[in-house]
Amino acid sequence: MDALIEYSPSLLGGAWVTLKVALLSLALAVATGLLGAAFKLSDFLPLRLWTMFYTTIVRGVPDLVMMLLVFYGGQLLLNEVVDYFEWEFIEINPFVAGVLTIGFIFGAYFTETFRGAFLAVSTGQLEAGRAYGMTGWQVFWRIMFPQMLRYALPGIGNNWLVLLKSTAIVSLIGLSDMTSLADQAGRSTHQPFTFYLAVCALYLAMTAVSGYVLNRLTARYNVGVREAHV
Amino acid sequence: MELLDFNVITTSLPEFWRGLLMTLQLTGIALLCGFIAAVPLAVARVSKNHWVSGPVAAYTYFFRGTPMLVQLLLIYYGAGQWQWMQNAWAEGHPLWSLFREPFFCALLAFGLNTCAYTIEIIAGAMRNTAHGEIEAAKAMGMSRYKALQRIVLPSALRRMLPSYSNEVILMLQGSAIASAVTLVDLTGAARNVYSRHFAPFEAFIFAGLIYLVLTFMLVGLFKYAERRWLAHLAPRKASRRKEA
Repeated sequence: MDALIEYSPSLLGGAWVTLKVALLSLALAVATGLLGAAFKLSDFLPLRLWTMFYTTIVRGVPDLVMMLLVFYGGQLLLNEVVDYFEWEFIEINPFVAGVLTIGFIFGAYFTETFRGAFLAVSTGQLEAGRAYGMTGWQVFWRIMFPQMLRYALPGIGNNWLVLLKSTAIVSLIGLSDMTSLADQAGRSTHQPFTFYLAVCALYLAMTAVSGYVLNRLTARYNVGVREAHV
Repeated sequence: MELLDFNVITTSLPEFWRGLLMTLQLTGIALLCGFIAAVPLAVARVSKNHWVSGPVAAYTYFFRGTPMLVQLLLIYYGAGQWQWMQNAWAEGHPLWSLFREPFFCALLAFGLNTCAYTIEIIAGAMRNTAHGEIEAAKAMGMSRYKALQRIVLPSALRRMLPSYSNEVILMLQGSAIASAVTLVDLTGAARNVYSRHFAPFEAFIFAGLIYLVLTFMLVGLFKYAERRWLAHLAPRKASRRKEA
């Protein structure tokens, strides 16, 4: 217990790294997902095929394999580029590699979530927006997006919880997130069990807070929706 | 620079093959044990008695709320923290000595993890059983156990198939973290090939392709299983509406 208190600043610092990785990946994944959903719903066949290819690859390949590919393969490509332009050596950062990979992977899951949600918004709403003389962007931002979000929120919540947990694998490419800091602390104090259990508790705490925020958001975006209770 | 050097792949094929066998063993055994344990625990999970359902709920909450990698590290590296465990290792105790084996620890972590998810999947399917079926079973004078055995479980285990296929695929991909505890599974083999030849694209893309093929095979297998056991829930062909 003393060891845990002694190392708690380091562990909490790691928790902050984990949270940063998760939130930045989430932002990237949501952006990718919106784009992917737009591609999947487009009339242009190559875009649809490309998005289908993307979502299939992501579902079929483990996140760790993809992350190792981005981290080590990205470094190799970067070296080539750097050699070609005769720049100074640039080292690929595990933080960047982690965010890019997790964002890329969950972008595929968000694509599916948003695709379903876009389809759920009734076309009459969009036509009404058009009839009021709104531009395409205004229709999207004022009418489509807020209603779409209501349908997408349960899926977003699920994806976020899975994403949060999958951040633990960035410790395997050398990022000092809370899992890797717990590993170091466990080795130097000979109490690995205590530290890994503390990491579990921190993850559970993050999940609990996310659950609260998601409930609030769901309530916010469901204002004015009629509900029936059995 | 040649982007892909196929010699690297062909010379390492035996290594990838051994890795594939390790991945298949780990996921196969973990899924099987997890499933067998999950059926009775799911029955406990839906029990109205909180003393029965509570512990199962706590177990699934913990294992579904934390990353499998941390669970694996907790079991493999964490076990050595306890003095009694180290004493048992020194004596050569047959059960506790297993905790020094990375293969056993990975199986235990994966099995406990998939069991937790499977419990919730089965319990969800059981809760969705039509009320009428249960009432009919009661009206026929079936005991709780008989109703479970004849009515609730057979239909719940069929209806769980679509969500269980997701869990099986996630388990296959999740097993990639086995290389974190020195096991040489498919990902571990790819990491070894990478570090020997410094060929990240060959190693990881090839491993990724094998995972992709395995995933396709699983998807096909579950599609077949659904056609076979969920035929009664499939939409009728003539009245099939255009998918939204």
